[in-house]
Amino acid sequence: MVTLDDSPCVRHSAPVDYRPLVAAAAIEIRDLTKSLGGRTILDGISLSVLRGETMTIIGGSGAGKSVTLKHIVGLLEPDRGTVRVFGMEVTRGNHGTLDAVRRRIGFCFQGSALLNSLNVFENVALPLREHERLSEEEIRRKVLEKLDLVKLADAGTKMPSELSGGMKKRVGLARAIVRNPEIILYDEPTAGLDPVVGSQINDLILDMQKKLGVTSVLVTHDMASAFRVSNRMALLLNGRIVKVGTPAEFRASEDPVIRQFIYGESEGPLTRERA
Amino acid sequence: MLDRAQRWFADSCAGAGYTLELFLRAMASGRRLGRKRKETLLQLSICCFSSLPVVFIIAVFSGMILSLQSGIQLQRFSQEAALGYLVSAAMCREMGPVFTAIALTGLVGSTFAAEIGTMKVSEEIDALEVNSIDPVYFLVMPRLLALSAAGVVLTVYSDAVGIAGGMLVAKATFNVDPGIFLKNAREALEVKDIYGGLLKALVFGATIATVSCSQGLRAEHGAAGVGRATLRSVVLGFLFILIFNYFLTWILYKLQW
Repeated sequence: MVTLDDSPCVRHSAPVDYRPLVAAAAIEIRDLTKSLGGRTILDGISLSVLRGETMTIIGGSGAGKSVTLKHIVGLLEPDRGTVRVFGMEVTRGNHGTLDAVRRRIGFCFQGSALLNSLNVFENVALPLREHERLSEEEIRRKVLEKLDLVKLADAGTKMPSELSGGMKKRVGLARAIVRNPEIILYDEPTAGLDPVVGSQINDLILDMQKKLGVTSVLVTHDMASAFRVSNRMALLLNGRIVKVGTPAEFRASEDPVIRQFIYGESEGPLTRERA
Repeated sequence: MLDRAQRWFADSCAGAGYTLELFLRAMASGRRLGRKRKETLLQLSICCFSSLPVVFIIAVFSGMILSLQSGIQLQRFSQEAALGYLVSAAMCREMGPVFTAIALTGLVGSTFAAEIGTMKVSEEIDALEVNSIDPVYFLVMPRLLALSAAGVVLTVYSDAVGIAGGMLVAKATFNVDPGIFLKNAREALEVKDIYGGLLKALVFGATIATVSCSQGLRAEHGAAGVGRATLRSVVLGFLFILIFNYFLTWILYKLQW
């Protein structure tokens, strides 16, 4: 019987350094360690995301996927390790560095995180109003352009409470891209959506890469989404990245842990580990 | 047991430090008030208009009970005419600012804590931060300035309503002429009494806003966490009002201001 510890991907996971430090890396995570509430969430993970690629981090609930994303934008401080974005260190950086990094990143939250007191237009316009010296006409043009990109051009006057889950995700995406970021981070972009709306969100993620040439990092449980939009994928298990590869490499893997996870089988080493 | 006490003490110190830092950061971001002028005025109008009816009821009955209790005692010495001195001094120095602050803690402070706490647990605060928008400048500073100003405005209103309530009882129960009551009230009040009371109102308003926003920003664990933050904001607000009131009164007395 194969157990989780016997799995080749787990046995060889300890000193993972999948890519050398490369000039083309948009995001460099090195030895990132984080404990929350006395539990180790991330146990020394290392990962490079190249410019222009879409990297998807997959893993079970509570595996630390969202925690990884929050480190990239400096919402969490690591216990150990570093995160560099375009060569700038986020983890030990001062406010100026953090602001400079955040200006180049758009973040799509799992629950959209729209400000409930503002309508759709004002939510999308918020980063522009706070940071850019633009006329009202220019703000209006930019906001409508982004709302049009997510196919919500006529929803500007709606309040967040009047939107469906899929519409909220799209407004969140419009807000994330309104300042033309070079990196977009997506936290469970298709969670809680029906398959058709989920598919529309996947199309938008592909569009962002194609039309805007952005680097994307997704975290998701949704394997269909991961296989559709990713250039590369990373499997996060027990606080460690146990495999990085292309979707084809994941599909072709004979590793029982990877096979159980990507095919969602109820029996296998992951289930025995949890039991 | 000792562990829990130590943890409670450490948490309390951390909370106090966080709240003090929040106050200083909000004051520092006041230099960008121009960009938040509309939001600050909106918060000021919400603070004032949502509290007017409750402050009216609290103030009018405070003045009435003060007049009634004092009148019963003064009647024994045939000194009912002195009610004007007593009611106006008590309202402007103590009861106006303190009771207004208590009303604002329950009405506005709890709203701030619940509103910001909900934003915290639904990741709206994180969304502001990743967009390089400082939540202290965006949310706390307008509320701090608005509630400080509302405290002063409502205290003036409360003083006036309380004195009017006292005057009604003085006339109805002790047959004190309103003209004499008001003349005595004016004589009793020195400028320092009025400014002292308004200074207290300003400090109480700033305290309530800072404590409530601090509790909201530290809320976690969903709706239950927001509920706990709201409750703590009200309890701490009441405690700080009473404690600060004593020390402010002592300082004003020592300064002979």
